[in-house]
Amino acid sequence: MELDLPFIWAGIIAFAVLTYVVLDGFDLGIGILFPLQPDESDRDVMMNSVAPVWDGNETWLVLGGGGLFAVFPLAYSVVMPALYMPIILMLLALVFRGVAFEYRWRTKRWKPVWDVAFAGGSAVAALMQGIALGALVQGIEIQDRSYAGGWWDWLTPFSVLTGIAVVFGYALLGATWLVLKTEGRLQDRMRARARPLAFVTLGFIGLVSLLTPFKDPVYFQRWFAWPGIALSLAVPLLVAIAAWKLITGLRDDRDLTPFLAAQSLFILSFAGIGISFYPHIVPPSLTIQEAAAPDASLAFTLVGTAILVPLILAYTAYSYWVFRGKIGPDSGYH
Amino acid sequence: MFDSYTAEMLARFQFAFTVSFHIIFPAFSIGLASFLAVLNAMWLTTGRSAYRTLFDYWKKIFAIAFGMGVVSGIVMSYQFGTNWSVFSDKTGPILGPLMAYEVLSAFFLEAGFLGIMLFGREKVGNGLHMFATAMVAFGTLLSATWILSVNSWMHTPAGYSINDVGQFVPADWWAAIFNPSFPYRLLHMVLAAYLTTAFVVGAVGARHLLRDRTNPAARLMFSMAMWMAALATPLQIGAGDFHGLNTLEYQPAKVMAMEGHYDSHPEGAPLILFGIPNAEQKRIDYAIQIPKLSSLILKHDLNAPLAGLDTIPDEDEPPVVIVFWSFRIMVALGFAMLGVGLWSLWSRWRGSLYDARWLHRAALAMGPSGFVAVLAGWITTEVGRQPFTVYGLLRTADSLAPIEAPAVGASLLAFIIVYFFVFGAGTFYIIRLMSRPPEPAASDDDEGPTRAAGITPVQQRRAAATAGE
Ligand code: HDD
Ligand code: HEM
Ligand code: HEM
Repeated sequence: MELDLPFIWAGIIAFAVLTYVVLDGFDLGIGILFPLQPDESDRDVMMNSVAPVWDGNETWLVLGGGGLFAVFPLAYSVVMPALYMPIILMLLALVFRGVAFEYRWRTKRWKPVWDVAFAGGSAVAALMQGIALGALVQGIEIQDRSYAGGWWDWLTPFSVLTGIAVVFGYALLGATWLVLKTEGRLQDRMRARARPLAFVTLGFIGLVSLLTPFKDPVYFQRWFAWPGIALSLAVPLLVAIAAWKLITGLRDDRDLTPFLAAQSLFILSFAGIGISFYPHIVPPSLTIQEAAAPDASLAFTLVGTAILVPLILAYTAYSYWVFRGKIGPDSGYH
Repeated sequence: MFDSYTAEMLARFQFAFTVSFHIIFPAFSIGLASFLAVLNAMWLTTGRSAYRTLFDYWKKIFAIAFGMGVVSGIVMSYQFGTNWSVFSDKTGPILGPLMAYEVLSAFFLEAGFLGIMLFGREKVGNGLHMFATAMVAFGTLLSATWILSVNSWMHTPAGYSINDVGQFVPADWWAAIFNPSFPYRLLHMVLAAYLTTAFVVGAVGARHLLRDRTNPAARLMFSMAMWMAALATPLQIGAGDFHGLNTLEYQPAKVMAMEGHYDSHPEGAPLILFGIPNAEQKRIDYAIQIPKLSSLILKHDLNAPLAGLDTIPDEDEPPVVIVFWSFRIMVALGFAMLGVGLWSLWSRWRGSLYDARWLHRAALAMGPSGFVAVLAGWITTEVGRQPFTVYGLLRTADSLAPIEAPAVGASLLAFIIVYFFVFGAGTFYIIRLMSRPPEPAASDDDEGPTRAAGITPVQQRRAAATAGE
């Protein structure tokens, strides 16, 4: 049997991007929540809860970009120029928030500056990721193997909507992560924050889901014709279950449930986007098959990926396990 | 402000600017990661406390440098697509998999074990902590290996064929990865990283010896750094020579530019030590030269003929002035490093390594020399490859993304402002950490942001200690 390598690779890239969202989403969310936390010691705890793992989380973003370059070079080379501004702004934002992890501890006088860098960098990175997603859903114009639009095409009300949605969604992930990792006053605060964030995020998910099928008749087709219609029913149902788990988990003072439920919302939304896109990799015209590198490249990269990704997941899990448990109570800080 | 520039020039400048910043951090952190692994291993085996003091001292500096390397590196991996999309489309099938292997085998390894190396000693114990430290060091070397294979392929492409849409596609992976210039470049770059670190460590050691000759940790680091300088510099000069011979074989125009040979020399070419390249008249003004030496170095024969740039079509010529000077800066620094290394051997032999004030001053002055040499070397290499991105096959002008000049200009400006601000601050924090003498930790757990459960009060203490400077 012939392996359909481009198809397998589309799955792997989707997995890398999803893993990035699952791992770095809460990490960026903590930055987004920073300004809402007036207490410096609380902010210390928040940052410390991800300090040992943030670099690994962000590496999935490098894999997403690098992987696209390797296996779908054509997609990489049309998407990047099309999303020039949001990508560059995201990279600059990540510079600010990345260095804040170390700089914040190296200065007293400038600590507030790096707090702002961390918060602003996280928020802008999230916003740009959401905008990039919205712009991709809208579709990218291609001619002769290259991007054929202008350098402001990405900016539309829809992409701004998806951008803001992602900011709120990541903030929700961050809040539920902190519910899991902290205790006492900070945990109570985060629980209180998570509730409204949950409702806002659900509202955005609903709004974006309603608008998406109308962005492109093809999406409409995929969702409302068989077999899509079965999924169109299943995905919202699962979203409803996750939402219920999230709200009740917060109400019943659970530590882990809200985090898992919030992550499920992201995973389901991601699956929804996947349904809209398939078999395209860059809507509306570039398919997975067309964008793929030759099989020799795909096979060569697949061998290493099949061996290394499980290994990576194993030591990433180990690292989370080493730093498991609650971060120290704020009583130690005064 | 960039009105008069084309998108191509702006994109080239942006790439050169961001990669030049990026390379500074890996050049330091490749060496420092190995140094830390050695320090930790020595501490575990000998129990000498000075090793542990140094480990904790350099660990903090490493964390900052590494963080800067990571964020500037992420920019690089997306910039291929944003600014050089045609290049990405064409070379992706070959270079993409190599870079994907770098991410999978090296970046995840570094990132995964960095947290444990920095914050986890108390949680996992000395054995696993040593393992994590070694993995970080191994990861940085692996990362250099892959990216240099990528870069070398662009200089000496091999193992490819070209498909019907004009993409380079793999024909022989082995030949593509181990392309002709890769082994030389890898060796030369890794030695460069070790030397860069050695001269930084040596300068910090020298600085503290100038203040206090008895500080045991300062003595130890100075001695270790000087051993590295004395042993690695001759190797580096040898590796550079071999690298040059390899370049002569595959990219003769680059060597002509490095040597300043505008004209062919049928009967032995002179070695031009200094001079002012005159690009208009295509000659070197005020040249100070040694007859026939260039032929001796490059061909091992005084009278061997050497072709000059007059044999290369104008549109394929690299910019001579930049390459000529950057090459001389690198080589001059290489010999200055050799000088310091030999001097330290002599002082050591006389038993005055820790008292030789002038040696300490010289080592202090040479602190940044590795960075300058690395940058000069890369500028030689990359500018010497112009006007191609894939040597002889794909022109820089044909590699560009369909991006309008104002967009590239705006992003370039943003990179310049942000990089100088952010990396300037980081450099400042590193220098401030370096100006503090290495002292044994007051207590065992008092060693930085132990960002984990249970030990949080330490942070408060440390924050207070860092405070108000
Ligand atoms: C500490 C850093 C350092 C030092 C002291 C030297 N180099 Fe170097 N050199 C590099 C760091 C470097 C580098 C940054 O690692 C480069 C850039 C790209 C590369 O492969 O290595 C380089 C490139 C480079 C090239 C260009 C190869 C090409 O692009 O094809 C040549 C010919 C040399 N070197 C030769 C020398 C010689 C003869 C030296 C003796 C004094 C020397 N280098 C010292
Ligand atoms: C190993 C990884 C590297 C890769 C894959 C790479 C790739 C490239 C590419 C694609 C270009 C062509 C675009 C352009 O002309 O600007 C380029 C140019 C350039 N690169 Fe590199 N580079 C690497 C390392 C470096 C490093 C470490 C430096 C450090 C100084 C450097 C300095 C430059 C410069 C100065 C140019 C501009 C040359 C010119 O435009 O005349 N490169 N490089
Ligand atoms: C255009 C070329 C380059 C690209 C696209 C690139 C990409 C990257 C990326 C994405 C990272 C961050 C990894 C992480 O998330 O942990 C990184 C870091 C790193 N890069 Fe580069 N890089 C380039 C050039 C180089 C060169 C020339 C070297 C060395 C020879 C190098 C060595 C390293 C190392 C050792 C790290 C680890 C972080 C550090 O040590 O600061 N890179 N690079």
